[in-house]
Amino acid sequence: MNIVVCMKQAPDTEAKIKVRDDGSGIEEQGIKYVMNPYDEYGVEEALKLKEKFGGETVVVTMGPKRVIEAMRTALAMGIDKGVHIDDPAFEGSDSLGTARALAAVLKGMEYDLILGGKQAIDGDCAQVLTSVAELLDIPQVNIVTELNVAEDGKSATAHRRIEGGEEVVEVKLPAVMSCEKGLNEPRYASLPGIMKAKKKEIKEVALADSGLNADEVGKAGAKTKITAYLPLAERQPGKKLEGVEPDESAKQLVKYLREEAKVI
Amino acid sequence: MDFSLTDEQKQLQDMARKFANEQMAPKAAEYDESEEFPWPIIEQAYELGILTAGIPQEHGGLGISHVDEVVITEELAWGCAGMGTSIFASQLGLIPITIAGSEEQKKKYLEPLAEKCTLAAFCLTEPGAGSDVAGMSLAVKKKNGGYVLNGTKCFITNGGVAKLYTVFGKSDKEKGARGITAFVLPADTKGVSVGKVEHKLGQRCSNTTEVIFEDAELSEENRLGREGEGFKIAMQTLDASRPMVAAASVGVARRAMEHSIQYAKERKQFGQLIGEFQAVQFMIADMAKGIEAARLLTYQCAWMLDQGMRASRFSSYAKCFAADTAMSVTTDAVQIFGGYGYSREYPVEKLMRDAKLMQIYEGTNQVQRVVIARDLLKD
Repeated sequence: MNIVVCMKQAPDTEAKIKVRDDGSGIEEQGIKYVMNPYDEYGVEEALKLKEKFGGETVVVTMGPKRVIEAMRTALAMGIDKGVHIDDPAFEGSDSLGTARALAAVLKGMEYDLILGGKQAIDGDCAQVLTSVAELLDIPQVNIVTELNVAEDGKSATAHRRIEGGEEVVEVKLPAVMSCEKGLNEPRYASLPGIMKAKKKEIKEVALADSGLNADEVGKAGAKTKITAYLPLAERQPGKKLEGVEPDESAKQLVKYLREEAKVI
Repeated sequence: MDFSLTDEQKQLQDMARKFANEQMAPKAAEYDESEEFPWPIIEQAYELGILTAGIPQEHGGLGISHVDEVVITEELAWGCAGMGTSIFASQLGLIPITIAGSEEQKKKYLEPLAEKCTLAAFCLTEPGAGSDVAGMSLAVKKKNGGYVLNGTKCFITNGGVAKLYTVFGKSDKEKGARGITAFVLPADTKGVSVGKVEHKLGQRCSNTTEVIFEDAELSEENRLGREGEGFKIAMQTLDASRPMVAAASVGVARRAMEHSIQYAKERKQFGQLIGEFQAVQFMIADMAKGIEAARLLTYQCAWMLDQGMRASRFSSYAKCFAADTAMSVTTDAVQIFGGYGYSREYPVEKLMRDAKLMQIYEGTNQVQRVVIARDLLKD
């Protein structure tokens, strides 16, 4: 089975995020970047399927030079090789531009399955894999919590989490699947894996190699525009009603709820 | 001068940090309380290749450098010193084989370790011979072309859980240090048994026991190096492993400092955060600069060993300084936490108990100072 994992780098969940003073984005200096946690489930699933069926696994990532570190982590976990999409023209891409770039690269590859996380923890758009499936004209199953590929590798049954329940979907391969927490337990990169990763190939793809026009990607090709970044409103400390009789407290509470929280 | 880690070293560090944070730290208090040996952690460390990383590649290991090892060891000790010691003491037990073993011995004893999770133990200390290594009395008598060993080793890390021992005994009582011979043997050799288990102040999940030799018969092929070379092998082994102890001290100290910084930003007294009081600030500043200096000394001696340079004095600088730093940092951490620091419900008292051993094992800090002074004062 040939499996491609679409992976991106995102700020560590523990990182302190500061909005730039001009509201144009977040301060990137000093942030620790890691593999998007949901994409880790995609990498792990690809490795499990490779262990079962054999074949080749590839990780595809778009982003500046720093994303190569996350790609090396995927390679250290066991992915066979990587494709790094990087070009000034891709900067400022929205979900659609990103999907176009990924799809352009995928068009030239052999794949039975395309995996990735259900969303990235920074943008939280949850659109890229869906768009990739549309651009490649192949089926998609999202928010997958369980995956069983048929013995002949030509179809799969996936469980997906929906509001208040679970859907079981049968799909012919090739297909795109976005992975949800609980699908698997991502392995640690082992020491031998880290040493082997050094020698694994990461192919660089620029705009010219992708076959796309500059106006289809980056800021130029964006169909959405983020007009401002705002910091989260500071969480106010709670109020405590103490040392008064219960009916006094109740009256005070109602007053607060009405006049301050404005919920009644 | 480039002080930065290579990309690969950063990956090793990230992996070890993740493992320590997700697997070791959450279980540390529980294992410290029960003194149970943390087999699940050791087995995971084996699966990740950590246990055999220092073994040369041609014998099934990864042949990682000393710098790589100290980077990893700092992270593991950050997770839990007891678990970290169990891992690097096993590596200590193997170093005599890599230093002095023949090709056949390396093949026989090192290669199987890649196939199965196996721990080793370094058996040097005796009830009557701690710092005075040459004063050991485990007797090695020649018999039928082989050897018979009689005596007791004590305070042996991994003594009760190792499958492989490297042991040092007196083959010639007249010759002092030059009368010591080194051996490697499976733990289940007839005549070899595990004695009492030590109940320690700290690093409580680390298994520390007596190893008893009663007419244990070994053959020529168990001997490492030549007769009389044992002391030299032991000292070379300790030189090579000292950076790991230093790195472990840095890990424990760093953990204590991180807890202290977090607490100083949360705890309020007299209407303000205690992190705003100079007394607390100065303690934290001293922690940070001590840790940084300890880490640099550790990296330096590891680098020197990787270059093939003679590093005894520098290894001693690192081990002595880092262990003393860990002790003072963890003590200050308990102080910053105040009454809560003294409570077993908070994590810092364990760190202080764990740090104390760093000043004692692998050559006490007094022996380290002797090594340093002798080297500087020699002709």
